[in-house]
Amino acid sequence: MTNVSQEKQVQDLKLQELELYKQQNRKFKKYKSVRLSRSLAGDIFLIIFLLLFGSFSAYPLIFTIANSLKPLDEIFVFPPRLFPRNVTFDNFVDLFNLIGNTQIPISRYFVNTLTITALGTLGHVMLASLCAYPLAKHRFPGRNLINQLIVYSLMFSAAVTTIPTYMILSWLSLIDTQWAIIIPAFGFPLGIFLMRQFMNTIPNELLEAAKIDGASEYQIFFKVVMPLVKPAWLTLVILLFQQLWGTDGGTFIFTENLKPLSYALSQIVAGGVARTGTASAVTVIMLIIPITVFIINQSRMLDTMAHSGLK
Amino acid sequence: MEKVISVTQPKKKKGILKDIKQNKVSYTMIAPYMLVFSLFTVIPVLMSFALSFTSFDMLQAPKFIGLENYINLFLNDEVFIIALRNTFILAVITGPISYIMAFVFAWLINELPKKFRWFMTLIFYAPSISGSAYLLWQLIFSSDMYGILNSRLISMGIINSPILWLETPSYALPILIIVQLWLSLGVSFLAFIAGLQTVDRTLYEAAAIDGIRNRWQELWYITLPQMKSQLMFGAVMQITNALGIAVVSINLLGFPSVEYSGHTIVTHLLDFGSTNSTRLEMGYASTIATVLFFIMLGSNLIVQRIIRRVGS
Repeated sequence: MTNVSQEKQVQDLKLQELELYKQQNRKFKKYKSVRLSRSLAGDIFLIIFLLLFGSFSAYPLIFTIANSLKPLDEIFVFPPRLFPRNVTFDNFVDLFNLIGNTQIPISRYFVNTLTITALGTLGHVMLASLCAYPLAKHRFPGRNLINQLIVYSLMFSAAVTTIPTYMILSWLSLIDTQWAIIIPAFGFPLGIFLMRQFMNTIPNELLEAAKIDGASEYQIFFKVVMPLVKPAWLTLVILLFQQLWGTDGGTFIFTENLKPLSYALSQIVAGGVARTGTASAVTVIMLIIPITVFIINQSRMLDTMAHSGLK
Repeated sequence: MEKVISVTQPKKKKGILKDIKQNKVSYTMIAPYMLVFSLFTVIPVLMSFALSFTSFDMLQAPKFIGLENYINLFLNDEVFIIALRNTFILAVITGPISYIMAFVFAWLINELPKKFRWFMTLIFYAPSISGSAYLLWQLIFSSDMYGILNSRLISMGIINSPILWLETPSYALPILIIVQLWLSLGVSFLAFIAGLQTVDRTLYEAAAIDGIRNRWQELWYITLPQMKSQLMFGAVMQITNALGIAVVSINLLGFPSVEYSGHTIVTHLLDFGSTNSTRLEMGYASTIATVLFFIMLGSNLIVQRIIRRVGS
């Protein structure tokens, strides 16, 4: 007892000391959150550092956006300028004209990409959440083994499994259909890993209370768990979206009117130097949607990633 | 660490079969995902391993040839040795640097006022958002005088004629490293930012009371130990990425690149095993895949062990 009260006294003393220290430092009045360990020089250094590397990170993107807004003669001006003098949307118009002249209308490619992205994302979020729930919250034989397998599967890339994947898809006669991209996306390991980690944080009392009220496991899953893990499934949506949006069908789809947008656009980019402006327009279009999706969901994604840790 | 509940009332255990029956709901819930996961992750790894001991062209049944593929790969395939060397150089440089970069940027962004954080996060994460954004480095390294780098150097008077950046073997690896670092912050960067935001604020106050006076001490004594699990996750992501470099090489340097200067294990694998390739030596390609699998898994497990030891 005495020990505890002594400790508390020491703690109180230290807190008083802290208050004094805060009062002496005028700097703290400016900031809401009080941090003792910050120096002004350090702050300046960190801002310069971030700006420097931030511009390295952003430069290629800014340059591409600028290029897509330049008329052709400005793209080939020497030495090149970063920002366009006469802003024009010609490149985008050219792009739509080019696409309009192809045998298969652009809307076809767009619908293909949309189908792949929507079905793949939806299926993955459903299956991965449904599987993550028992893995996080139930005890059953084989659970630890599966959890281990999922962690190990994060440790190698898809390149390792290309050949057998192709063989399996062809046994299932899925080659040259959009399902060849959609179904493997359901099994994306990072998604279920993040989902399971997030579900670990749900308090058991909540689930037990629902069970006492007579809810079945499926009711608990849909009515209690899924609303609670909204940040996690939004994160899965973003990750899957990023993956599937840019897919070009690879070696799995070869019928022309089943191919996704990314393929059609890469054909235009392949048109050579004269298409530099159009190529930039293509890149801007392919980037703008995933970036918007990310901006909207950024805070939820960070909520999820906070639980991504490996033990 | 794990809190679990039983679906059913715990009864007397009568062997594993009974146990499985009791947990029928759990198994039905995991079944759909596990089916896809087994079909496209677990089984392919096992198949790849089995095929690596065969000669197989996808037309006829695989023929068992023992260790011949492995012997050829390590002793008779000079290009594989080049690929191995390039992969290790790339991984040893881009792996640790991108890992440290991801952490340092996340840490610094976390020091900024809240208003600016989302914007800086976007700036650093944007390159990893779109799968094909690295293509715009083609414009930068383009070999004519309109290439951004060439024109800058020419107008500054450093060089007189354009340099063939993407076609010169000795520039291949440095270019790959730069582009790979640019797009490699990825999910581990987000994990770090998120991890930093969840470190208990009161720990910092307590530390200030205990005499920690600058951000370096704070980082070392409080932040890093608190973030250990995110650091492990980030390491897995960065290592797997760094060893799997291929797409950037194929698209920027060509396939195959000049004198195999940008050849990696994965591009070597695609050379033999892609269904577009004329070789169709699936057995041999599976050998490459198996070797890659063990390299990736091995280096991950070693690094995990090292990080786990830090601070204990």
